[in-house]
Amino acid sequence: MTGGPSLRRKPPRVGDGAAIRRTLIASVLVVGAILVLAPLVVILHQAFSRGFAFFAEAITHPDTLHAIWLTGAAALIAVPVNTAFGVAAAWAITKFDFWGRRFLLVVIEIPFSISPIVAGVAYLFVYGLQGLFGPALDAAGIKILFALPGIVLASMFVTAPFVARELIPLMQAQGRDLEEAATSLGASGWRTFFSVTLPNIRWALLYGVVLCNARVMGEFGAVSVVSGNIRGQTNTLPLHIELLYHDYNTVGAFAAASILTVLAIVTIVAKVLLERQGAGRGGRPALASPVAPQGKSS
Amino acid sequence: MKIRLDNVVKTFDTFRAVHGVSLDIESGELVALLGPSGSGKTTILRMVAGLEFADGGTIHFGDQDATDIPVRDRGVGFVFQHYALFPHMTVGENVAFGMKVSKVKRSATEIAARVDELLRLVRLEGLGNRFPNQISGGQRQRVALARALAVDPKVLLLDEPFGALDANVRRDLRRWLREIHEELGITTLFVTHDQEEALDLADRVVILDQGRIVQEGTPEQVCRTPNSAFVMNFLGDANRLPATVSNGKARVGGTELEAAGFANGRANIYLRPRDLDWSEEAPGIAATITRVIDKPDGRRILATTVDGDHVELDVVPETVARVGDSGFVRIHRARVFAEAD
Repeated sequence: MTGGPSLRRKPPRVGDGAAIRRTLIASVLVVGAILVLAPLVVILHQAFSRGFAFFAEAITHPDTLHAIWLTGAAALIAVPVNTAFGVAAAWAITKFDFWGRRFLLVVIEIPFSISPIVAGVAYLFVYGLQGLFGPALDAAGIKILFALPGIVLASMFVTAPFVARELIPLMQAQGRDLEEAATSLGASGWRTFFSVTLPNIRWALLYGVVLCNARVMGEFGAVSVVSGNIRGQTNTLPLHIELLYHDYNTVGAFAAASILTVLAIVTIVAKVLLERQGAGRGGRPALASPVAPQGKSS
Repeated sequence: MKIRLDNVVKTFDTFRAVHGVSLDIESGELVALLGPSGSGKTTILRMVAGLEFADGGTIHFGDQDATDIPVRDRGVGFVFQHYALFPHMTVGENVAFGMKVSKVKRSATEIAARVDELLRLVRLEGLGNRFPNQISGGQRQRVALARALAVDPKVLLLDEPFGALDANVRRDLRRWLREIHEELGITTLFVTHDQEEALDLADRVVILDQGRIVQEGTPEQVCRTPNSAFVMNFLGDANRLPATVSNGKARVGGTELEAAGFANGRANIYLRPRDLDWSEEAPGIAATITRVIDKPDGRRILATTVDGDHVELDVVPETVARVGDSGFVRIHRARVFAEAD
């Protein structure tokens, strides 16, 4: 290796040869294009394959509009509730010592590792007519399954870890010193949360909310079990796409899918912007760094 | 404000961090809690602050039982080892925080005036608009102190306040904290594992080991009359030589020392390196030099005695000593402790 033509040239590191580098980069680009980019292009192409008028018609079909509305409504309920839950869970796990702390951490992670359809079926057995609370709820006239509440519950189950998982590592790194300092200065619990804790986790929190929202809107498996798939009534956007597809309404299916795709692109842009906020500084110094840098004195 | 701890106990899970500690701190006193890690000193400080609650015993602030008063209402200023400044607030906002959340309402101009006054006190005028990550570690710790002082605390508590700083900054801040204490006269309790810091700063030093107070007193008392081998060792370098006691005399390597009140039998002699001298002639304990370390203010000789014990001596720079030299260790001063210590 050292006997190269030019003395100034350093011997290449492992895998740093031009041929290897080009091959690796090219293969990643090709695989990425085939696996990720091509399907996205196909969606848009198919959606507009019979012209914009047809696309508009497919989108504004009452059933599709209802599906969009239902998806939005589910997100409007599930995301705030899960945000509150995530913040509370992260706070409890990182700021308090209590019996069952590790257990709670595991419980929060369960939805990540379980297939959403299992969650859906489980909800069926909890709230269904043959299930645990089904008869009592039915007697009280409360309809959970095959209605909005069931969809919201199933979405919430699937997305329960999103906010908490973003916050826990950050809040763990920040420790309890800031909150202890605030209370020792006389701040109440709420005051401490809003003026000390929240400003230090806001970007991570927003990040978690964006991911949570994307997942709620895109959730298929769990929702398909509990919603009953009733066209124009309990069909969310992902379910509606499947239905249209089975109806051989390809353009309608791709038109509806393009809405979710646009949503995904918006999510990615928001994610990138948030990551920039977290790492950069928007007028104020970065908050992503751990709170107690070891005394770097001048 | 006088602080009184009476038989305070704290247990974490199964680990007993503090065993029945009783301590009186006079109003305006500056007291150091000194001990190795795991000695319970920080736990005691946090219990005084109200950040932890005692499992047993009481803590009084003056005549008031403060044992169960939460930190928020206890009126203490707490300074954390890693400053715990709010990173999203400026230095000025950090200092103002306690006044803003206080139940006592103050006007904005009043708060601003007080912030300026405190920043002047900690010599950080003009840095009010900086953020904590734009100032040095020593400056951060001073902001933390100003923030704690802003709420007019009855008691000031500092947890290893200089632990995260460079040696030079640390020495300056120590002297400066002493000045501030003399100016304000607030009862102050601070935790450190650094004996030099404790002796330099405190009116009174409380030495802890394994959750118990082993000795308390002025720096002079604990330095001149350590009451146990632990204190002797912890306060500074010490040599230990085994000795035999008979009829009130301790005998080591042909040298006799006063040991009145000790039972006949084995005992340990503790000697500071500076209390020993090197001589080429008897009397003394015969020894051979194994190493010589030169320092700005003298030489340190490492030697092995005829009995195989290692000793370290601090001698004046003029002393002639080379590795391999044989000679005698002369004892100027020593303390005898029973073997059990």
